[in-house]
Amino acid sequence: MRWWLPDAGSTFAGPIDTMFLAILIITGIALVLVEVGVVTFVIRYRARPGRKAFYTHGSTRAEVIWTAIPAVTMVALGLVSNHYWVLIKDRKSVPPNAYHIGVHAKQFEWQITYPGPDGKLGTADDFTVRNQLHVPVNEPVAAELSSEDVIHSFFVPEWRLKQDAVPGMHIIAWFQATKTGEFELGCAELCGMGHYKMRARVFVHTPEEFKAWVTQQAAGGGGSE
Amino acid sequence: MNGRILSVVGGMFLLTVCSKGDTGNAAAVPAAPPAAATSEASADGGTITGKIKFTGTPPKMPTIDMSEEAACKAKYPAPPKEEMVVAGAANALANVFVYVSAGLPANAKYQAPSTPVVLDQNGCRYHPHVLGIMVGQNLEIKNSDPLLHNIKAIAKKNRGFNVSQPNAGMTRDVTFSAPEVMVNLECNVHGWMHAYAGVRPDPFFAVSGADGSFSIKGLPPGTYTVEAWHEKFGTQTATVTIAATESKTANFTFAAH
Amino acid sequence: MTSVAHKTLGTHDAHHAPMSFWRKYIFSTDHKIIGIQFLFVSLLFLLVGGLLAMQIRWQLGFPGKPMPGGGILPESMAAGGVILPEYYVQLVSMHGTFMVFFAIMPLLVGVYANFLIPLKLGAHDMAFPRINMASFWLALLAGLIMTASFFVPNGPIRSGWTNYAPLAARPDLSGVTVGQMLWCVSIVVLGLSSVMGSLNYITTVINHRAPGMTWFRMPLSVWALFITAILGVLALPVLQGAAIMLLFDNVLGTHFFDPVAGGQALLWQHLFWFFGHPEVYILILPAMGMVSDIIANGSRKPIFGYHSMVFAIIGIAFLGWIVWGHHMFMSGMNPTLGSSFMVSTLLIAVPSAVKVFNWLGTMWRGNLHFHVPMLNAIGFVSMFTIGGLSGIFMAATPVDIPIHDTQFIVAHIHYVLFGGSLFALFAAIPYWYPKMFGRMMHEGIGKLHFGLTFIFYNLTFFPMHIIGMGGQMRRIYDPTIYDFLKPQQPLNVFISYSAFALFTVQILFVFNFLWSLKFGKKAPQNPWNDNGMEWSLPNPAPHGNWERTPNVYRGPYEFSSPEAGDKDFLPQFVKLPTDRDPVPAPVPAGH
Repeated sequence: MRWWLPDAGSTFAGPIDTMFLAILIITGIALVLVEVGVVTFVIRYRARPGRKAFYTHGSTRAEVIWTAIPAVTMVALGLVSNHYWVLIKDRKSVPPNAYHIGVHAKQFEWQITYPGPDGKLGTADDFTVRNQLHVPVNEPVAAELSSEDVIHSFFVPEWRLKQDAVPGMHIIAWFQATKTGEFELGCAELCGMGHYKMRARVFVHTPEEFKAWVTQQAAGGGGSE
Repeated sequence: MNGRILSVVGGMFLLTVCSKGDTGNAAAVPAAPPAAATSEASADGGTITGKIKFTGTPPKMPTIDMSEEAACKAKYPAPPKEEMVVAGAANALANVFVYVSAGLPANAKYQAPSTPVVLDQNGCRYHPHVLGIMVGQNLEIKNSDPLLHNIKAIAKKNRGFNVSQPNAGMTRDVTFSAPEVMVNLECNVHGWMHAYAGVRPDPFFAVSGADGSFSIKGLPPGTYTVEAWHEKFGTQTATVTIAATESKTANFTFAAH
Repeated sequence: MTSVAHKTLGTHDAHHAPMSFWRKYIFSTDHKIIGIQFLFVSLLFLLVGGLLAMQIRWQLGFPGKPMPGGGILPESMAAGGVILPEYYVQLVSMHGTFMVFFAIMPLLVGVYANFLIPLKLGAHDMAFPRINMASFWLALLAGLIMTASFFVPNGPIRSGWTNYAPLAARPDLSGVTVGQMLWCVSIVVLGLSSVMGSLNYITTVINHRAPGMTWFRMPLSVWALFITAILGVLALPVLQGAAIMLLFDNVLGTHFFDPVAGGQALLWQHLFWFFGHPEVYILILPAMGMVSDIIANGSRKPIFGYHSMVFAIIGIAFLGWIVWGHHMFMSGMNPTLGSSFMVSTLLIAVPSAVKVFNWLGTMWRGNLHFHVPMLNAIGFVSMFTIGGLSGIFMAATPVDIPIHDTQFIVAHIHYVLFGGSLFALFAAIPYWYPKMFGRMMHEGIGKLHFGLTFIFYNLTFFPMHIIGMGGQMRRIYDPTIYDFLKPQQPLNVFISYSAFALFTVQILFVFNFLWSLKFGKKAPQNPWNDNGMEWSLPNPAPHGNWERTPNVYRGPYEFSSPEAGDKDFLPQFVKLPTDRDPVPAPVPAGH
C-alpha cells in the first residue's frame, strides 16, 4: 500500500514532489486552523441557558488580514508554479539535444516510432513498435504526440508526465528518465470502452542497452522482446 | 442521410425502443424452396467444388508480439504470425470466401439455420479468421481469453456494432440484417486482430480451408456467377452452369503481388 | 406577535375561488409549489445518480465479479451480472450528468431560488409565474429525455459527463448513436428551462423587493441565488450552442469538433468549460448562501462581515468566468495560456477563504444551537474547506501534471459537490421543510443521518485522494490490470464498502422526509426563531404569500441585537417603536 506519489523516475519528479509537499503543508495549516476553529467553537460556544451571543457585524481588520494572507500566498505560489511549469511544458524548453520519438495514440493502443540508427524521425530506417516504449536513461527524450481518432493522454506516473494526444494537433512532451527498469504507460483521458486497457510497457535502458535494442529492432528483429 | 434523420426522429419519439435491436425478420416467412437452405448435401442439388491457389511468393507475415498479454502468449509454442495470407502446401490459399454472387432466382427466400456461427477469440486471435453467415443467423461471439477483447463491426449495409467482453467465457449473439461482403471485424485492444464475415441471403457460400479447397452444395439448376474474395489479393469471378445434381469445379488462382 | 393576523390571512386565502388539484399542484404557477415540484423530481434524480454510483463502486472494488442483482441488466450492459466496460463508461457518464444537471443544480436553484426568493424578499410571487411553470416542465422533460437514453439501442453516452469531442462527436468511435443525440437534445431543453428560470429570478430580485428590502438588507441566500441566476443566464446558452454543434456533428455530418474535416477537438473543451466552470459556481454559490443564513441562525449572531460576504460572492462569480482553462492544463493548449489561467484560478481561492473565515467568525462567541440544519451547515464548512484546499493542488500547474485526470480530482469534486452542495441541502431541506409542508422533520433521525453521513462520506471520498496520488486514472474500468495500481486495490475495496454504507444511510433521510410529510410534528410559525421575511407567514405559506405587501425594517441577521429585548432575534418584518415605515419603491413589489 502506497500513501504517497509513486517513486520518482524523472528529472521532473524532484520539483513537482517538493511543490506537492509545500502545498500540502500550506493547505494543511489552513485546514488545521479551520477545523480546530470549528471544533473549538462548537465546544466553547455551545448554547447554554442564559448566555447570549456577542453582537457584532464583523471586524474590518480581521477581514483584511484573512483576505491578504491567502492573496499573498496564492500569488507567491503562482510565481513558483509558473517557473516549473514553463520549464516542463513550454515549447521552447524542449532540450535541443533531445532524442525524438513518435507516439501515435489510437483506440486502444500506443504506436511508438523510433528514429532508427540514423537518429532522425521521418526517415526510412524508422521502425514502429506497438505498446512498448523504450528510452535511454539520463537523456532528454521528446515524445511527439499525435492521435488517430480521439483524445488520449500520455501518462507515466513515475515520470510525473502527462500530456494529452489530440487529433489534429502535434504536441511535444519532453522528459528525462532517471531510473532504469520497467514502468507502465496509461491513458489518462477517457477514449472509449477500452480506455482502461490502453496500456503500454515502458522500458528505461542504460544507453548501451538502448543502442543495442535499437540496432536489433532496426535490423528487423521482429516484434519480440 | 435519410436514415440518420430517421433515427433522430426515432430517438426523439420512440423512446421505448428496446435495446435488442432489429429482430424483425424483414423477409416474410418464406415459402422456402424445399430443403434448399438447411440440408447439407441435398440429393437434388448441384455442387460446386474447387481449389484456390496463388502464384508468386507468399508475402512474409509479421510476427505478432503478444508479450503484453501473457495469457495469450502462453498459448503459442512459437510467436504466432499474422493471418493476412495463410498459405498451405503447394501454394494453396486458405481463408478465401467463395459465394454465389448472381444467378439465383430473384424471388427465392432462404431460411437461416438455427445453429449459430461461432467466432472464438482465443489466444488473442479470431477463430475463424474468415467466416460466412446468413442474414438473420446468429453469430455467437465468444471470449476464451481471460482479458478484454472488444469486437467492432465495420459495415456499410448493416448496422455496425462495438461490444466488449472483459472476461473469459463470455458469449454474445449478434445478427446481420443485410447481405454484405465483407463485414470487417476488429479488436481495438489488440491491433492485429481482424476477422471478416461474409453475410449472404442464401446458404451458397464457403471458406477455403488450409488446402485451398472449398465446396458449395445444394444448388438448384442454373447458371451462376461465383465470386472469390481474399482480404489481400482482391476478388475473382467465374461462371458455372449446373444441371440437376451435378458437380462442377471452379478453381481460382490469385496473383501474389 | 403577528401570528394571529397571519392565521386569518391564511384562512382568507381559502375564500378565493377554490383551485382544482391539477391547477394547484400540477400546473401551478405558485412559486412555492413549483419549488416543491422541483424538490420531489430532483430528489428522485439524486437517487438515480446514487444508484449509478453504487454500480461504479461495485466495479472498482470488485472488478470483473458479477454484481449482486446485475442479472436483471440486459446483455448490452452486463454479462451474467458482470458490468461490461461500455456500460461502466455509461455509468460514469450518466452519474455525472444526472448529479450535475438533474440533481444538484435543480435542487439548489430550481427548488430554493423558486421557493426562497419571493418569500425572503416579501414578494407575492415571481415576476413571471407562467414562465416559471414552463421552466419546471421543461426541466422535467429534459430529465425524461435523458433517462430515455438508457432504453435506446446502444444506450446512453459513453464519453463522460463532459462529452469530450471527437469521441462524443463520432458514433463510429464512441459506439453511441441515439443516446448521444438524446443527451444533446436534453441539454438544450434543460438550458432553456434554466435560462427561463434565471431571467425570472433576476427580474424578481430587481423589481419585486418589498419596501425597505434594500440590496444590502437581502439575506445572503438571496444574494447568492441572484448572482447564480446571472451566471446561469450567461453560461447555459454557451452549453446549448455547443450541444447543438455536437448534435450536428453526430447527425448532419458537420465536423465542428473533428479534425478529420477541419474541425477543432479543443473547441469543444473551450466551449464546454466556458460554461462548465461557471456551472461549478452555480452548484456551490446557492449552497454558500443558504449555509450563511443557517449558520447565523444557529450561532444566534449576525453574519460576520456581511458586505465582504456579498463581495466574495460577486468576486467568485466574476473570477469564475476566467478560470475555465484550468480544466485544460494537459490538453495541449498553449502553456503560456495555462500560466494565466493558473493565476486566476489561484486568486479564486481568496474570496473562498474569506467566506470560510467569515463563517468561523460568525460562530466565534456565538450561542450555538445544534439543530439538524446547523449541524449540516457546520459539516458544509468543514468539508467544503477540504474541497477548496485540494483545488489548490490542481491549480498549481506543475503539481497538476501527476494528479490531473486521476482519482484525486474525483475526490476534489466530491468534496465540493457532496461535502459542499449536498451537505448544504441536508441543511436547507429540514430548515425550510416547515415552510413547505407545515411540519417539522424528525430531529433525532436527522441527527443520526447527519452523523453517519458525515462519517461514511469521509471514509468514501478521502481515500480517493490517496489512490489518485498513486496514479489511478479516472474512468478506468479495472485498475488491477496495472502493476502500479494493484497494491492499492484494498483501498478501492474499502472505498466501495464505505460508499455502500453511505448510500444505505440515506434511507434515513428518505424515510424522514416522507414520514414527516404526514406524521411530522406540526410546525410553529417561526420554528427556528429566525429573522427572515418568510417566517411572518403561516406554515405552509398561502398562495400569493402576503395579503398586503409587507414592510422591511432591517437587515436579515439581527440575532442577539440589543434592541431585541429579551429575545435573541429581531425579524426583518417586526416594527419597533423607533422604526419608520419605508417609502414604497416606485415599482411596487408583487402586483
